[in-house]
Amino acid sequence: MSNQGKVDCGRRRLVVATAAVGGVGAVAALVPFVSSLLPSERAKAAGAPVEVDISKLESGQMITVEWRGKPVWIINRTKDMLDTLPKLADAVADPKSEKNQQPDYAKNDTRSIKPEILVVVGICTHLGCSPSSKFKKGAEEGMGADWLGGFLCPCHGSTFDFAGRVFKAKPAPTNLEVPPHYYMADTRILIGEDKKGA
Amino acid sequence: MKKFLIALLFAPMLALASGGNVHLDKWPGSVSDKAALQNGAKLFVNYCLNCHGASYMRYKNLMDLGLTEQQVKDNLMFTSDKIGGLMAVAARSDEQKQWFGATPPDLTIIARARGEAGNAGAGADWLYTYLRSFYRDENRPTGWNNVVFENVGMPHVLYGLQGQQVLNHETHKLELAVPGQLAPAEFDKAVSDLVGFMVWMGEPQQEFRRTLGFYVLAFLAVLFVVSYALKKEYWKDIH
Amino acid sequence: MAAGNFEKYKSDGSLGGNLLEWVDARFPATAMWRGHLSEYYAPKNFNFWYFFGSLALLVLVIQIVTGIFLVMHYKPDAALNANGVPVAFASVEYIMRDVPGGWLIRYMHSTGASAFFIVVYLHMFRGLIYGSYRKPRELTWLFGVGIFLCLMGEAFFGYLLPWGQMSYWGAQVIVNLFSAIPVIGSDLSLIIRGDFVVGDATLNRFFSFHVIAFPLVLIGLVAAHVLALHETGSNNPDGVEIKANKDENGIPRDGIPFHPYYTVKDIVGVVVFLMVFSAVMFWAPEGGGYFLETPNFYPADPLKTPPHIAPVWYFTPFYSILRAMVWNFFGLDAKFWGVVAMGASVVIFAFLPWLDRSPVKSIRYRGPITKVMITIFVICFFILGYLGTLSPSPMGELVSQVCTVFYFGFFLGMPWWSRMDKFKPVPDRVTMK
Repeated sequence: MSNQGKVDCGRRRLVVATAAVGGVGAVAALVPFVSSLLPSERAKAAGAPVEVDISKLESGQMITVEWRGKPVWIINRTKDMLDTLPKLADAVADPKSEKNQQPDYAKNDTRSIKPEILVVVGICTHLGCSPSSKFKKGAEEGMGADWLGGFLCPCHGSTFDFAGRVFKAKPAPTNLEVPPHYYMADTRILIGEDKKGA
Repeated sequence: MKKFLIALLFAPMLALASGGNVHLDKWPGSVSDKAALQNGAKLFVNYCLNCHGASYMRYKNLMDLGLTEQQVKDNLMFTSDKIGGLMAVAARSDEQKQWFGATPPDLTIIARARGEAGNAGAGADWLYTYLRSFYRDENRPTGWNNVVFENVGMPHVLYGLQGQQVLNHETHKLELAVPGQLAPAEFDKAVSDLVGFMVWMGEPQQEFRRTLGFYVLAFLAVLFVVSYALKKEYWKDIH
Repeated sequence: MAAGNFEKYKSDGSLGGNLLEWVDARFPATAMWRGHLSEYYAPKNFNFWYFFGSLALLVLVIQIVTGIFLVMHYKPDAALNANGVPVAFASVEYIMRDVPGGWLIRYMHSTGASAFFIVVYLHMFRGLIYGSYRKPRELTWLFGVGIFLCLMGEAFFGYLLPWGQMSYWGAQVIVNLFSAIPVIGSDLSLIIRGDFVVGDATLNRFFSFHVIAFPLVLIGLVAAHVLALHETGSNNPDGVEIKANKDENGIPRDGIPFHPYYTVKDIVGVVVFLMVFSAVMFWAPEGGGYFLETPNFYPADPLKTPPHIAPVWYFTPFYSILRAMVWNFFGLDAKFWGVVAMGASVVIFAFLPWLDRSPVKSIRYRGPITKVMITIFVICFFILGYLGTLSPSPMGELVSQVCTVFYFGFFLGMPWWSRMDKFKPVPDRVTMK
């Protein structure tokens, strides 16, 4: 009855065949379980691209819209604000936006498609807090006297300029993320999708 | 055989249990007829969705009927809803309760809910018969009654298509008194399409489910052959 | 037989071998493997009926795994959402539509519930015909009855969770049964519901019972059931004690190691079971309206009872017994006696080991009386089950009363009829039929 010590090739082949076929079945059975962990249709619908009308966004103003549960800032920068950017090239960590924190169409000096309109995800790249706007120059809003305007993350003190670029020697490792977006019309932005065919 | 005998023994009780003696017409459609389902979807959003929600469905699901996103947006979405949004009814349920006396039921899974024990597919037959069985009844607040669903709260929303039926109280049969836009056969086809859409909507992946079943069974058949050979091989030892 | 004096594992010097030796010195891995599988000697003459024990274990695993994944998406909340649908009900449809693969997991779970009872009923029937509950396996049987009771509770609590019309009114009716108990009844049903009607509080506690309390007890009882079985060894279709005839090594002459012989055999059984299971799940997941009852596709409505409420099929035999009691006794009303009869009809299985006075275990060596009695019992069980799915009627009531009498007569008369039969001589060794 015992077959120890005696290797039966036919038997071994059948064990391997059954284990192999059964193993395929077990892996296939995992598919519904693993896929059920992915975002559901509801999550996808909630994360769908968001259409924003910026026709009423005045110069120097900022609006926040929600996309995938995250705040996305849209800032209509004044000429004055844009003029601060070249001056800060030496003060920020990644002035040329080398790190992949933006789509290619926003990899430029203003980090935007249209120079004055900045679209960034308002989440600090350090640990996920949402920075607050400190648009006024100087010490008026509790910043240093040489502050040219930008954002301050209240959690760990990272600061960003008007293009969402992080200043050197701050906890945040990279610039603020620019989400995929495009202009459906002159004053209508779709956030969450690259322009088709682009 | 045993089942037959039991059925025979309890046949009178079964008739009582099914509640009504209304004969249901068999739904002639099929959930694999995409063109019919698309037509049904159009009828559904035009005639049903104003009062009834289909609030477990997303507009996006309609693309499974072979439509593009743009086609769904252009033809099947009237409100400012998003493509990923639920097909909820615009009216609020508490307001509807005031208007109709009861909130019109959500229709997403109505075809499944209308099935019967022992015949889960009867929901389609019920809907197909019900939607064609409205008749004029001036005693009802809506002016409509229904042979299948007596004193129904819903008015006959399809009367423009079907025309107006009256109940002949001697023969207990429905007769078409005022013709509608569609000939009777065309109307039956339209209702069949509409019912088909509701059957499909009750479980949009049902076709895929059945197909997947064939693959799973085929796989298990292979596994059976090898595992049975394995068992035979080992049990050669046992006498 | 389990956890006997097995030698500890000695490494062959390989990394895996060293690890196993390390573990085995600290944990009875080898002892458990050998005691319960490779050197657990099972009678070699198991037939078709012996598949259902391992299949029950398989279904338990299916239910636990699918349950874990369903809990990730299901919400036990009776409040209405923005579309006027109870959140719990909507979350089930959310699983069916929005969660990738969710429909398949849910159908596995709902089909698994019915499959569990089919397998367990067949497993119990096996015990009944081959006398598996007889000495020395009484405790195995008692743990089994405990598992069955626990399973009924698990199924009952789980059935409320979809929060459909049948869920709601089924729970309403069953909980109200407890109010039939004299003195404490109405307080008891209040405590079970946590509200004056079945409501959000009820849903939440049933959810807790269904996903934690009962599964824990169930797993414990299953372990005890298997351990008790492995202590005494398995019965077999001949009802012969294989341990009474051992060879010079102390191994039963009619025993074969569970592994590999019964593992490879049970794999075949599992594959055949999965074929039937898949056929139902993919092609008829409603089970003809019996596995998923059609009124349960309407959300729970506390103001409107469906025209015909029936419990799920696996409870209907006991439900019929409940309805069969229409007489008042001893100043207590029929409702109370219905509850007593229903409870008794389940618990009475626990007394089988002491009710059966036959000198032999297996039906193979018992005479016509046993065969007739078991046949009548099974037919009554089916008729009661069938009647339980129907609306009450005078005819049905009478038939169910007759069947209830036979049902209890089978058990209560057993001490007499089990002795009166003609018996054939039992062989010394098992037979391979």
